[in-house]
Formats: sequence, C-alpha cells, structure tokens
Amino acid sequence: MDIAGKKLIVKALMEEGVDKVFAYPGGMIVDIMDELYQKADIELILARHEQALVHEAEGYARATGKTGVCLVTSGPGATNTITAIADAHYDSVPLVVITGQVAQDLIGNDAFQEVDIVGMTRSITKYGVTVRDRKSLGRILKMAFVIASTGKPGPVLIDIPKDIQQAAGPGEYPDQVSIRGYKPNESVHIGQLKKAYKLLKSAKHPMILAGGGVRISGAEDKLLEFAHRMNIPVATTIMGKGVIPEDDPLYVGNSGMHGRYAANMAIMECDVLFSIGTRFNDRITGDLNEFAPKARIIHVDVETASISRNVVVDIPVVSDAALALEKLVEWAEPMKTDKWRTIIADWEKEHPLSMKKPAYGVSPQQVCEAISDTFSGALFVTDVGQHQMWATQYIKLNSDSRLITSGGLGTMGFGFPAAIGAKIGAPERDVVCITGDGGMQMNMQEMATAMCHGIKTVTCIFNNEYLGMVRQMQQMFFGKRYGITSLRKQSTWRDTSKDVTNRESQYVPDFMKWADAYGALGIRVTEESEILPALTQAKASDLPVVIEFTIPPEEVVLPMVQGGKAMSEMIL
Amino acid sequence: MGKVKKRWIALYVENEVGVLAKVAGLFSGKSYNLSSLTVGTTEHEDISRMTIGVTSDDITFEQIKKQLNTMVEVIKVVDLTDMPIHMKEVLFAKLKRITAEEKAEAFRIAETYGITVIDIDRDAVLLESTLTERRNDELCALLRATFSHIDIVRGGAVAVEGLSTSCR
Repeated sequence: MDIAGKKLIVKALMEEGVDKVFAYPGGMIVDIMDELYQKADIELILARHEQALVHEAEGYARATGKTGVCLVTSGPGATNTITAIADAHYDSVPLVVITGQVAQDLIGNDAFQEVDIVGMTRSITKYGVTVRDRKSLGRILKMAFVIASTGKPGPVLIDIPKDIQQAAGPGEYPDQVSIRGYKPNESVHIGQLKKAYKLLKSAKHPMILAGGGVRISGAEDKLLEFAHRMNIPVATTIMGKGVIPEDDPLYVGNSGMHGRYAANMAIMECDVLFSIGTRFNDRITGDLNEFAPKARIIHVDVETASISRNVVVDIPVVSDAALALEKLVEWAEPMKTDKWRTIIADWEKEHPLSMKKPAYGVSPQQVCEAISDTFSGALFVTDVGQHQMWATQYIKLNSDSRLITSGGLGTMGFGFPAAIGAKIGAPERDVVCITGDGGMQMNMQEMATAMCHGIKTVTCIFNNEYLGMVRQMQQMFFGKRYGITSLRKQSTWRDTSKDVTNRESQYVPDFMKWADAYGALGIRVTEESEILPALTQAKASDLPVVIEFTIPPEEVVLPMVQGGKAMSEMIL
Repeated sequence: MGKVKKRWIALYVENEVGVLAKVAGLFSGKSYNLSSLTVGTTEHEDISRMTIGVTSDDITFEQIKKQLNTMVEVIKVVDLTDMPIHMKEVLFAKLKRITAEEKAEAFRIAETYGITVIDIDRDAVLLESTLTERRNDELCALLRATFSHIDIVRGGAVAVEGLSTSCR
C-alpha cells in the first residue's frame, strides 16, 4: 500500500529502534513533526539551537554507542548543524541528520530558506544525499542508518524536499540494503596480523598506543587482556583515554601535545609501536620526521585510508580493533619488559604531572581530582581548551567512567550540549560537564533544554576569565600581548596590563545569575575548602547544577609541545 | 616519497547528482593535484566512468586511491598508471588570420600528425585531433611555435584498458 513520505520516515525511525530524536522545528519539517506527534514511542528533544542540537545527539551517541538522530529544517536550520556535523565526522560519531528541504520545483531558485546543504557538508559527512525520488526514500533511509553505524562510524545527512515528504509511494522499509560502493572491512588478514605479532614479540621496548577506535569497537577488555598477557605498557590518545583503567600498572598516560612526559618519552624511545584505533593526528605525532624515530610501527585501523596517511607504517593491518585483538589475545605470550617498564617508571618519577598550589582561587588539579573522587564512574564531558587538557591530565578514569570530548575538531561549545545528550542517553549515570568560561558561553542557551526536559547535569566551569588556551600562547610565545583573549569588560581589546590579576574591570556574565535565571542551581567556589562541599551538594541536587571555579588566569597547561616540534621537546 | 609523475585512474561511480562535485571536491579539499578529469556513461546507465589524470608522488597517489575508495558513490577504482591502455583525447585548434603560406603549413602539420582539417575559411583553418594526451601536448607546442593566433579546445583524456596492446 502506498503511504506518504513522512509516514515512511517515521516508520523507518521506529524500525531502527530510535527512541529519541533531537529536533528543532521549521516549515520544511512540520509534516514529519506532525507525523511524529501521533507516535507516542519516539521522544523529541527540543534544543535551543541547531548546532547544540547536533552536539546533544553526539553526546547521546557517544554515551550509548547508538546512532544519534537529528531533525532540522532547511536553510539556517541546516547550516547551523554544520560545525557539529564536522565534529562528529572527525571523532567518528554515528549520526543520521535529516534536513528538510524546499520542494523540488523550488530548488535552485534561491527560495526562502533554501540552501544546498548536501553540497556544503560533502567533505564532513560519511555520506550525504538529497532524496529526489519518492520511490528511493526507504532505501536511502536504510542506507543512512547502515553507513552511519558500520565500519568507521560517522555522520550521514539526508536532505528531504517537502514534496517527497508529502508524496505517496511505497510503504516498505527494507530490512537490509546492498550498497555496491560501500563494503566496510569485517574481517582481519591473519597473515598480516601474524607479521605484526611477530614484530611486536621481537621488541625490547614495545609500546601500545591506543586511540578512540578501541572504544568504538568495544575492544577495551580485549586490549587490557592483550597488554597484560604480553606485559606491554600502554599509552593513549585523548580519544583513547580510559580504554584501559588508569590505575592499571601498565598504563603510562596520555601522549601528545599536552601528554605525560613519560608517555611521550616512551613513544620516542620504543623500538616497536603497536598503534590501534588512532589516525596519528598531528597533536599526537608533533614533527612527523621525529615521531617514534627508533620504532618500527604497526598500525591497526578499520579504515584503509587512515593507514600510512600521516605516519608511514611498517605493518598495516586493516581491521576492526576488537577483531584484531581477539586473535592477538589467542597468540599472546608474556614478554620480558621489566627493564623497559622501569625506565618508563623513572621518567614518570622525573616529571610527574602536578600543579603548584595557586596564590588564590583553586588549582585545576585540585578540582579535577575532587571531581574524579566525588563522581567516580561518571561520564565526564569536556568542552575545548585548557580545562579540557587539565581534564585529560587529572581526571582519573576507572573501568566504569569515561571521557567524552571533542578531540579531532576541537569545537568550543561542544561540552554543555554533549553532556545534556549524554545524560539523555544514560539517565541512570552521573554526567559531569567540565568546561571553560569561554566555551560555556558558546552554547549556554541549552540550559533551557536541560531545564525543560528535566535533564540533570553538573556543569563545572573553570573560570579563568580568559580564553585560556590562546592566552597561554600569548603568555609563553607572544610577549604577553593579550589581544581579544580577556573576557572582562575593558576599555580596549588590547589587554596591556601584564598583571593578569588586575581585577578592577567587570567580568561578564555573572554565571550565578545566569543559572538562577533558568532555575538551575549555581554554586561559586573561590577557595580550596569549598570544592568538596560544592561537589557533594551538586551530586545530591535534583536540579541542573552549575559550579563556577575561580581559576587563576596565569595557570598554564604543561607539559606542552609546540605545534610542529618533536614530541621530545616538551616544555615542562 | 617516490617520484612525482603523471598517473591515471579509471573510476566507476554511481551516475547520480552531485557525484562529480564530490570527486572534484576531494581533490581541491585535500590539495591533490588534479590535471584532467573526464566523465561519461558506460554500458550500465546507472554507472558512469571517469578518467582522472593526477600528478603526484607515490604516497599521495596511494592516499588518493584510498580516499576515493571510501566514497560511498565510488564503485571501483582502477589504477591505469602501469597498465596497458588505449588513451585518446579530442582536441580542436582554430588557426586564425593566417597567410596562404601558413595555411599550407597547417595542412602539412595535419598530414604529419594524422589529424583532420575539418573546416576552412579564407584566412583560417580548424583542426581536429584525436591523439594521446602527450601527442596532443606536442601538437600544441608546435602550433604555438608556428602560428600567432590560435584557439585551442581540449577535451581531456579518455582511457580504456587494452586487450593485448597499449597506446598512451
């Protein structure tokens, strides 16, 4: 029996088991919204801005492993999603973004709220298409869900013109589709994996570098078992932080630009590097010519195109992380790595991570450690900037807790909405958003979403009154010329007062009044003794909570490797 | 890095709106050096075939092929670089404001190159060449050196895998 396109869209969502749709209304999706209105078993979450909406879907997807579904209108509704779609693309987050489009007879006319959103997002989606034929709607929707969630996951954008939503056509939603140009890798080349294992076994100073792909494929336990059976120390990327518990004796720490001294040294000095589920981003490698100079490199990745792209590797293995590790665990035999691990432990002793007690306010380390203790087992969601790096350094993850962060794109404004989405996906868990005062202001309207949907998150604002990551560059490399990084009200954009503690001008906004305006609970913490009581109160509250921590502006993230320099050239 | 040289790819893609833009966008977005791209239909009306010429080193070329393969709309990537192929490119050259002597020279060149004079006027001739891209490059160089007023229109190379011989 023929049915309207909008009915098939809703049928598709139901058959895919979608229970939440992140949506913002508009003229070109009102038909679909109306159809959803009549289906009680899908809940629509009304965000307050489409960028935040997609970050919420990302938070949901990252917390649950399920595909996040977004529904937005044409024109500005669609263009507002672009930053967040790019974010999902770089961090391999499965999303299906449905955009309404003007009717096909208007496309190309510069019609009201018409944009070529498929064209605009071509390089940041895994797949994107405008549905031009009602008959193909079912197949395209099925393709979207398959492509988004399989292989290396990613965002898929389906643009549906209004006439297609209204037109009658086939009512079937296919169980499966065969896509001749899309064959994600579902096996592992045993011969290649054996070569990798042999090389690893021959090492004197072996290292494992684990990235976010390990988490995506659900291979955490297998990685832990593999590392333990072979006694190989493990460093992680930021996206991989937590794939093995941080109190594990084999865990060395995060590597990269703001990684642990011992982790970066271990990668620089190892003789075989077994890397899995990482694409060797420049934040991990630094100067490519100097990266892991003594090592032969094994690279396991599900996507062929990720291999030998940044770093030319000795043994490529195209495989899902879990599949490869399953085999490797079978073969694994213990190696003698005591000496090597002692060397690494000595590096750690030489330069452990720690921050000095500040002259006033609270130190990021104190706050992160208190958050880890109070919210053990939580989902920690960060924004982007100094606080993010401090969180990667000082938040301790156990096997229950995990970190959700914008790793690849580095999107300010990600944290708060992603935390809301994570809590929607995992309502039984504590969700703590760690953010800066800059990033917070990029999507603070979402407090309305949290309040209206009754979503309790604890938001910890590290307020250092500056856009700290850039301010840190100005402090260290640009003669303390703080141009447009101060968030205080000032007479000039050139903040020439070398004394960053000059507090005569006014800070805007007042985060306590902001929390109050939305009906959330605001708590301000200006000294160490207030940290724990504030977190305890936040944990007990039924309301969304905002805790503002006074962080001295001069606090910098260390160690640091300047962009383009070798990973051994750490500023300590 | 390997030698920077001219390489050729045949690409089978879905015959859909936006696919050409997506393929072309990959080259510009990732700073790959695209030198020629032609597209046309195949025996299957829903599949198009592109012939793509790129100038790159080995590593970049490997990456280009992999990136093309990740596209859902790309059905098959065939590396023609070291394969026996037959390649042809259509080229038109309009020689204008020429003297009788130059006209005679144009005919001599056409005869030597095995190409056709397809149109003629009192002081102009129009040449049509269907040669390999390299041969057309040589022809262009000669025409530029010989005549002052030329319009050149080139179609980009089309290639097909050879059976037992090769012409590239």
